Amino acid sequence: MTTNILEMRSITKTFPGVKALSDVTLDVGRGTVHAICGENGAGKSTLMKVLSGVYPHGTYTGDIVFEDEVVEFKDIRDSEAKGIVIIHQELALSPYLSIAENIFLNNEQKGGLGLIDWNKTNHEAATLLARVGLKENPTTKIMDIGVGKQQLVEIAKALSKRVKLLILDEPTAALNDEDSDHLLDLILHLKEQGITSIIISHKLNEIKKVADTVTVIRDGQTIETIQKTDVTEERIIKDMVGRDLEHRYPDHTPNIGEEIFRVEDWTAHHPQDPTRVVVDKVNINVRAGEIVGIAGLMGAGRTEFAMSVFGHSYGSRISGKAFMRGQEIKTRTVSEAIGNGLAYATEDRKHYGLNLLEDIKRNIALASLDKLSSKGLVNDNEEYKVANGYRKSMNIKAPTVMAKTSKLSGGNQQKVVLSKWIYSDPDVLILDEPTRGIDVGAKYEIYAIINELAAQGKGVVVISSELPELLGICDRIYALSEGRITGQLPIEEANPESLLKLMTMEKPR
Amino acid sequence: MSSTQTPAAEETAAGGRINPPENKFTSWLSHLLADLGKNGIFLALLAVILFFTVVTDGILLRPQNISNLIVQNGYILVLAIGMVMIIIAGHIDLSVGSVAAFVGACSGVFAVSWGLPWWLAIIMSLAIGALVGMWQGFWIAYVGIPAFIVTLAGMLIFRGLALVVLGNANIGSFPTEYRALGNGFLNNVFGDLDLDPLTLIVAAVAVVALIVGQFRTRSGRAKYGQEVEPIVWFVAKLVLITVAIGFFAYALASYKGIPVTLIVLAVLVLIYGVIMNRSVFGRHVYAIGGNRHAAELSGIKTRKTDFLLFVNMGVLAALAGLIFTARLNLAGPKAGDGFELEAISAAFIGGAAVQGGVGTIGGAIIGGLIIGVLNNGMSILGLGIEWQQAVKGLVLLLAVAFDVFNKRRSGGK
Repeated sequence: MTTNILEMRSITKTFPGVKALSDVTLDVGRGTVHAICGENGAGKSTLMKVLSGVYPHGTYTGDIVFEDEVVEFKDIRDSEAKGIVIIHQELALSPYLSIAENIFLNNEQKGGLGLIDWNKTNHEAATLLARVGLKENPTTKIMDIGVGKQQLVEIAKALSKRVKLLILDEPTAALNDEDSDHLLDLILHLKEQGITSIIISHKLNEIKKVADTVTVIRDGQTIETIQKTDVTEERIIKDMVGRDLEHRYPDHTPNIGEEIFRVEDWTAHHPQDPTRVVVDKVNINVRAGEIVGIAGLMGAGRTEFAMSVFGHSYGSRISGKAFMRGQEIKTRTVSEAIGNGLAYATEDRKHYGLNLLEDIKRNIALASLDKLSSKGLVNDNEEYKVANGYRKSMNIKAPTVMAKTSKLSGGNQQKVVLSKWIYSDPDVLILDEPTRGIDVGAKYEIYAIINELAAQGKGVVVISSELPELLGICDRIYALSEGRITGQLPIEEANPESLLKLMTMEKPR
Repeated sequence: MSSTQTPAAEETAAGGRINPPENKFTSWLSHLLADLGKNGIFLALLAVILFFTVVTDGILLRPQNISNLIVQNGYILVLAIGMVMIIIAGHIDLSVGSVAAFVGACSGVFAVSWGLPWWLAIIMSLAIGALVGMWQGFWIAYVGIPAFIVTLAGMLIFRGLALVVLGNANIGSFPTEYRALGNGFLNNVFGDLDLDPLTLIVAAVAVVALIVGQFRTRSGRAKYGQEVEPIVWFVAKLVLITVAIGFFAYALASYKGIPVTLIVLAVLVLIYGVIMNRSVFGRHVYAIGGNRHAAELSGIKTRKTDFLLFVNMGVLAALAGLIFTARLNLAGPKAGDGFELEAISAAFIGGAAVQGGVGTIGGAIIGGLIIGVLNNGMSILGLGIEWQQAVKGLVLLLAVAFDVFNKRRSGGK
C-alpha cells in the first residue's frame, strides 16, 4: 500500500480543436491537503472534472488510481460511491429546501414503507452540522443562511457520503474573511480526521496556510509539484505565468492625449447583500488614445465595477464620481451612460450582449436607433447600409446582415457586439473579456479593432483574465483585488510576476 | 441556408455549366420555397377556408357570411393585435375578456343610463381601458410581479367590477351611432344599388396604394443594394393579393357594404403594423422579448416599454368591449367570456413564441381569422359548442407543434 490515496497518470483530455490537458500527472498523499494552482483556463477545473467522472472514462486518456486501484468512472455517482466528492464554485444547493433536505438530497433517509423518516433526517443532519461547526437548525432553509454557511452545508453533505477525498473548487472566492478563515480551519480539522482534500485556489496566502503540497498547472500541463517547505510566492507565480509572448498581438504605437475619462472613489455593494462591499473606492483614469487594462482574478470585482459604472447595471448603494473630459457625468441609467459617451461590451455575449433571435443588422442598430430614425420610425434601408458597412469593415463572416446572430461563431458574434458599440460612437469603450471563447485568428482581429479605436482617439478599457493578452495590447494596466485597485503599472514595468503580486494582494487585516 | 439565393448563384458562377434559364428557375423556385416556409400560416388559413367551403357547399364564401365573419370576429382580432405585442415582449394578458366586459358595462352606464352623447361615452370608455392598463402595467413593470399573476388577478377584479357596475342587470338599447361600431355598414352614399360602388372604390384605392407601396419598398431596397425577390414572383404575389381583395370587396359590395368594424380593424392593422415593423418602439419590444438583459444594457427603458404595452392592451381591450357591446346592443355580465383565450390562441397560431421575441401583427390577424373561420364553419355545419371548443384546442396544439417541429428541423437551437 502506497502513501498516495490518488494518482492521476498521464491524463490527456482534448476538446474539438483544443488540448485542454496534456499528459498531466498528479499524486495526492493520503491525509494531506493538496493545492492546485493555475491561471484561469489553465486546466484545473477540467482535471477535477476528469477525476470526478463529469467527463466519463473513455473521453480522456491516462489512468486514475484511487486507493491502489485503477478506477473508471462513468459519471459523478460512480466517483461519489468511491468517496470522491467535488464541491463546485457555484454551490449545488436548492435554496427553498432545508439544510437537512439538501444534505440528504438523492440520499434520503428512509423509514418504513419507503417514506422519508424526518426525525432521522434532521437528527443525522444535526450530527453532521456539528462536525463542520455550523450552528444552525437543520430545518432552516438554505436561502436564509449566508454563502459561507452554505459552503459548510456542502461539506456536511460530502461527509454524509463518507467522503475520503474532498475536492473544493475555489471555495473562498465568494466568502468574506471570517468565513474564509473558518473554512480553512475546517479543512485542517478534517485532515486530522483522515480526510484528504484537494483545494483549487489562486489565493497564495490561503495556500500557504493549509496546503502540504502544491501542484502548479499551466496550459494544460503540470509544471511542478512543490512541498510545503519549499513554497514561496515568487516560485508559484513564476510557474503559473512562465510562457513566452509570441507575436500574437498586432503592433500598436500609442498616441496618447489628454485624460478623457476618470472615476473617483467608486464603491458598490452586493445587490442582495448591501453590507458586502464588492467594489471598494476604485480610482481609475483613461486618456485619449490609450488602452488601459484591468487585471484581476475571478471574483475580484472587475465586471461588477464596469457594470456599476455603466448605468448602475450591477450592485446597490453605489457611490463615487465619474468625469468625462473633466466634467462630472451621471451614469444612473444605461441610456444616461451611453448619452455621456460610455459603451460597455459584456463578457457574456449570449446572455447580456446579443438578441440571438434577431439578425446582425438589428443587433448592431439596437443601441443607436435614434440615429437611424426620424419621428420614431426606423429607416431600415439606412440600417441595412450601416450594418453592411460593419460587416465588411469588421470582417463579420456571414452571407448577409440578415443572418441570425445565433448562427454565428463566437468571434463573429463578438464583432457584432463591438460593431453595435462602435456605431453608438462612444468616447470610452469598456470591453469585458473581449476575446473570451474566441479562436486565435479572431482574437488577432479583435486586437486590431481595439488598436484602431485607440488610434481614433477613443479611450479603451480592457478587462481580461488573460495576463498575456493585457500585456500584449495595453498601454497601462491596473490590478484589482477584492474590489480594490491594488496598483497600476505602465506597460514597460508590467510583467506577469509584478501583476500577479498585485492581483493577489489581500486587504490588510 | 440552402433556401437563400446567394450560395446557389455562387455555385453556378463557379461551375459555369448550368445555363442561365435553369439558374433563374432554381432561384425562382428557392424563393417560392422560402416564402412558403415564411407564409405557412397563410397557407393554413387558405386550407381551412377551402375545407369549410367544400364541406358547407360554398355557404362559407357567400357574401353575407363573409361579412358576418368579419363582424363576428372583429373584437377577437382587435385583442389579438394587443396580445401579440404583449407576447412578443415575453408577457401574457389573461384579463382582456374581463376588461372588455367591464368597459362594456361602463359604456352602458355612460351612453344609456346617463344619456351622454355617444362619442363622449366612447372616449370615456377608452380612457377607462387606459386606466386599467396603467394599473396592471404599474404592477408588472414597476413592482415586478409577473404578468401572469397580475392579469390573473385582473381577470377576477374586472369581472367582479363589471358585475358591480351592471348591478345584476343588463343595460341595453344603445344609441344608433354607438351600435354602428359593431353593426354598422358604410354604404349607399351613391344610392341603393345591387353592388355598392363605395366598397369597390375603397378596395380599388387600397389595391393601388398597396401596389405603389410595395414597389417603393422594393426600389428602396434595391437602391441600397439589398437582395430583392425576382420580379416574376413579386408581381405574381401582388396579382394574387389583388385577386383576393377583389373577391372580398365584391362579396362585401353585393351584401351591405363595408362593415364599420372592418374599417376600425384596417386602421388598427395599418398603425400597429407600422409600429411593430418600422418604429423604434417596436424594435424595443422585440429586443426586450429576445433578450431582456441585452436590451437593458443597450440603453432601452424596459420598464417604460412594458408599462406602455399594457396601457395599449387596456385601450384595445376597451375597444373590443365596445365593439362587442355595440354588436349585441347589450352590456351584460357574461360579455367577453373566454376572449383572452381566443386572443392568445390567435397570437400563437400566428407564429408568436411562448418565450417572447418572435411574432407579427399580420400573423396574429391570420391566426385570429383561422379561429374565426373555424368558429363560423363549424357553426354552419351545426356542430355543438362542445365540439367547437375541442377542435379549436386541437388546432392550437397542432399549430404550435408544427412550429416547434419546423424550427427543430431548420436547426434553430
